[in-house]
Amino acid sequence: MKNPKSQISREAGQNPNKAKTLYLPLQGSPELQSLQTGDKVLLSGTLYTARDQAHKKLAAALVAGKKLPFNPAGQALYYVGPTPARPGRVIGAAGPTTASRMDAFAPTLYDAGIKITIGKGNRSSEVVASCKKNGAVYLVATGGAGALLSTYIKSAKIVAFPELGPEAIYRLEVKNFPAIVAIDAKGNNLFRQ
Amino acid sequence: MRNIPARHISEAIKNLCIRANYELPEDVLRALKSAHRTETNSRARDILQQLIDNARIARTKKIPLCQDTGVAIVFVETGHDVKITGGTLTEAIHAGILQGYKEGYLRKSIVHHPILRKNTGTNLPAHIHIDHVPGNKIKIHFLAKGGGAENCSQIKMFKPTVDPEEIQAFVIGVVKQAGASACPPVIVGVGIGGTFDKAPSLAKKALFRKIGSRNKDKTAAEMEKELLAKINQTGIGPSGLGGKTTALAVFVESFPCHIASLPVAVNMECHAHRVKECVI
Repeated sequence: MKNPKSQISREAGQNPNKAKTLYLPLQGSPELQSLQTGDKVLLSGTLYTARDQAHKKLAAALVAGKKLPFNPAGQALYYVGPTPARPGRVIGAAGPTTASRMDAFAPTLYDAGIKITIGKGNRSSEVVASCKKNGAVYLVATGGAGALLSTYIKSAKIVAFPELGPEAIYRLEVKNFPAIVAIDAKGNNLFRQ
Repeated sequence: MRNIPARHISEAIKNLCIRANYELPEDVLRALKSAHRTETNSRARDILQQLIDNARIARTKKIPLCQDTGVAIVFVETGHDVKITGGTLTEAIHAGILQGYKEGYLRKSIVHHPILRKNTGTNLPAHIHIDHVPGNKIKIHFLAKGGGAENCSQIKMFKPTVDPEEIQAFVIGVVKQAGASACPPVIVGVGIGGTFDKAPSLAKKALFRKIGSRNKDKTAAEMEKELLAKINQTGIGPSGLGGKTTALAVFVESFPCHIASLPVAVNMECHAHRVKECVI
């Protein structure tokens, strides 16, 4: 995946309705500073999936001072538990799950280097504060659009906790995956407006 | 007496599991398209268009509508003149769900114990409600119920002297509290009356109604109409990001109750409404 110098396309500034493209993993956090709540973004590159049980394990590892199964620096976490892939397919349906269930763990993961989380629904004030502190963001993808969103996923590989079944951590490669900025790096929250 | 082999029931259930998860019902699709036409908020229109596209992609590319393919809920009306051969009704239903979730590449979302939480790997057990009715047929209603919306459901035991306005305020409050988590535009099932366990069951059963239908009971029908209008004035909108399309439908079902009681249950359902039914 090529990483252009500016990770947010210029055209976005000229047309507020036009989506900004983010290339993942991010090479640093300043790129996120220009994003505002309500902005449409398209994600290209790597996403790591994690939901409830994986979060419990990741947070426990960090608290115990252990390494994570992947390098979190500049990475994006997608809250999803996909359906099994049909033979010949990359993945099954893969839409976002409710983000608030991950709220207790999110600040620990943002502190560890995660820059973007993707889910559905509002989040706690602690998550908003953590985004502001870490220059990180929370994006929403359309809940219940699992078939549509799966079409932007180009590869999927389990990298940790296969015993969790649909809750295992997958590394996904995505292209132009659509999302909306719900909490920006300045601590603004789309759900509170 | 009509003999129905258990395996016929299993086959029917298997097909319902698969079809429910790949084919958005016509009434829901129609409601989404109608909302897309009337919605004025551009972000809400974008999201509704995504949901309409999602339904098309699910059907044509054989990808489940949503990755949460749900807990399997089955309401069965079995005729008095039916004899099931080669197994029990419950066994037949479970066998069908096992096959459906495997052959349909559906997610297995059930853990064996609420505290210990090991995935059963089969999406079993299902939640089965059986009613005995006259006749020699079996009617099966299947619902794949996602966890996100289900988690937003609530029950409240009201005083019998309560002003009906307070009941409406409670229902609207549940929808507001659910916000984006229930995947709006939602379908709201309301169960009023019965007992502490009956009301939620009525609320769940209400979700099997077709969008556009009204309860034959005038009081319930009036409540459905008023609640839908009020919920769509909350501004929650699709994905909780604003707009006038917060609910596609409100269905109210009621039941007689004790002189001291007035339970009200609200069962939240997402727009990816996975219901199908068949008659054997």
